[in-house]
Amino acid sequence: MRELSVFDIIGPIMIGPSSSHTAGALKIARVARMLAKTKIVSAHFQLYGSFATTYKGHGTDRALVGGILGFETDDYRIRESFQLAKEAGIEIIFMEMEMETDTNMHPNTVDIIVTEEDGTVSSLRGASVGGGEIEITRINGCEIKFSGKNNAVIIQQIDRPGVLASITKVFEVFDVNISSMSVFSKEKGGAAFSVLEIDGHLPEVGMEALLRQPNIVSAVYIKVK
Amino acid sequence: MAKKMDFTNAAELLEICKKRRKTISEVMLAREVEKFETTPEEAKARMLKTLNVMRESVARSQTEDMKLLGGYIGGESKDMLRRIKEKGAMSGMISRASAYAMGVLEWNASMGRIVAAPTAGSSGVLPGILVALEEIYEFDDEALVRALFNAGAVGYIIGRNATLSGAEGGCQAEVGAASAMAASMICELFGGTPDVCLAAAGDAIGNILGLVCDPIGGLVESPCQKRNAMGAANAIVAAEIALATDGRTLVPFDEVVAVMYNVGRSIPYQLRETALGGLATAPSVKNLKPGSACAACGGCK
Repeated sequence: MRELSVFDIIGPIMIGPSSSHTAGALKIARVARMLAKTKIVSAHFQLYGSFATTYKGHGTDRALVGGILGFETDDYRIRESFQLAKEAGIEIIFMEMEMETDTNMHPNTVDIIVTEEDGTVSSLRGASVGGGEIEITRINGCEIKFSGKNNAVIIQQIDRPGVLASITKVFEVFDVNISSMSVFSKEKGGAAFSVLEIDGHLPEVGMEALLRQPNIVSAVYIKVK
Repeated sequence: MAKKMDFTNAAELLEICKKRRKTISEVMLAREVEKFETTPEEAKARMLKTLNVMRESVARSQTEDMKLLGGYIGGESKDMLRRIKEKGAMSGMISRASAYAMGVLEWNASMGRIVAAPTAGSSGVLPGILVALEEIYEFDDEALVRALFNAGAVGYIIGRNATLSGAEGGCQAEVGAASAMAASMICELFGGTPDVCLAAAGDAIGNILGLVCDPIGGLVESPCQKRNAMGAANAIVAAEIALATDGRTLVPFDEVVAVMYNVGRSIPYQLRETALGGLATAPSVKNLKPGSACAACGGCK
């Protein structure tokens, strides 16, 4: 169980009206922004459950767009995020979706699809689970799980012996402590994803070193602090 | 190093307070320093910043022309303060604190910057009381910062051992928790012992045990706004009783928290933030569409 600080109770400082529907939504979109390596030209939001039914009244839409623009949860620019996205040349599309009944979907869920200027498309699914806390449950089609509370590296790899050892070696070389590591694989010997939450910061050269390892397909660095 | 200032419940907190002759706020500050790699100066500076955001949320609710997202509420706080000015307050502290608490909820619903204390839906209680306290009793920054550490300790005990979420525990877990935090904080400001503080906190929750969370239209506007006013009033009453009776109460705070949690779990889910019951489904409002303020703003188009 994570220890609660006095500032978790008397805080966070945020733009209202709702920690889950406003602040939490923004945090999910900030992770989606991290998936893009170049300039984002469009962001599509597919809203489920309570997000779909109450998003306008909670400013969820403006908060999501604010997250794509990289704002903090207490930034007054969230109010004008649609206008600011337009000025930044980002196309914004919202869709209200039916809850999926076959997956164990949280009632405050959003799928975000971002397109970059070079045509690269990335996607994620996130849920706002209460009090501004979030959970990312899918990245680029792969089921994963992480809280977005710590900096994290998400790696797509080929599921072969030794691949995890070569990943952890890189973090050792750059003196970065791995606070948690989870591996999500679809089938043996096929594509797999690793989510490594870290203390501190992995420098750019560390990311480059990771990508040079055998059997590593791609790696994304999600820097939240 | 052994963690000397950490506690997991009210009994442990009281033991530390007694053994070390410290107030609740002093122990909470020491815990923060011990566990979160900060210094007392840093933690107090951050709390002062938080206090200033609270003050600003009260002030701007009185000066701004607000456009509320849902438009279900708006202007009630200004109306009440106008009446207080013209006709006098029915009950000094309570009138002012509850009017300010309502204002913060209006500011919150117009995408203003607030402090979730402990949540956005209950963000009016603490600022309402703090601003009323500094106006009427002239407490300074240092005292109010201390008060917030005290309130934080109470909220932490509730969050750790029960819940601070309306979806899990109903409104008693949000406005109820805020009210308990505020009651305890008032007692410390007026010289109450840690026992008195926690008796007030327990009574504040006990008074509104079982309160459901039934937001009209699913939005953080009504009944949240007036429940925050009630939460502030309830805190003041509980604090005054505890201060006057040296904290005489039958059920200790830890037991009240456990009871609150169990009651929360037995509240049907229709009455836990889902807008499927309670006032949210009363005939006059169940088909309400977000109102004129939303249409006028057009920011979401």
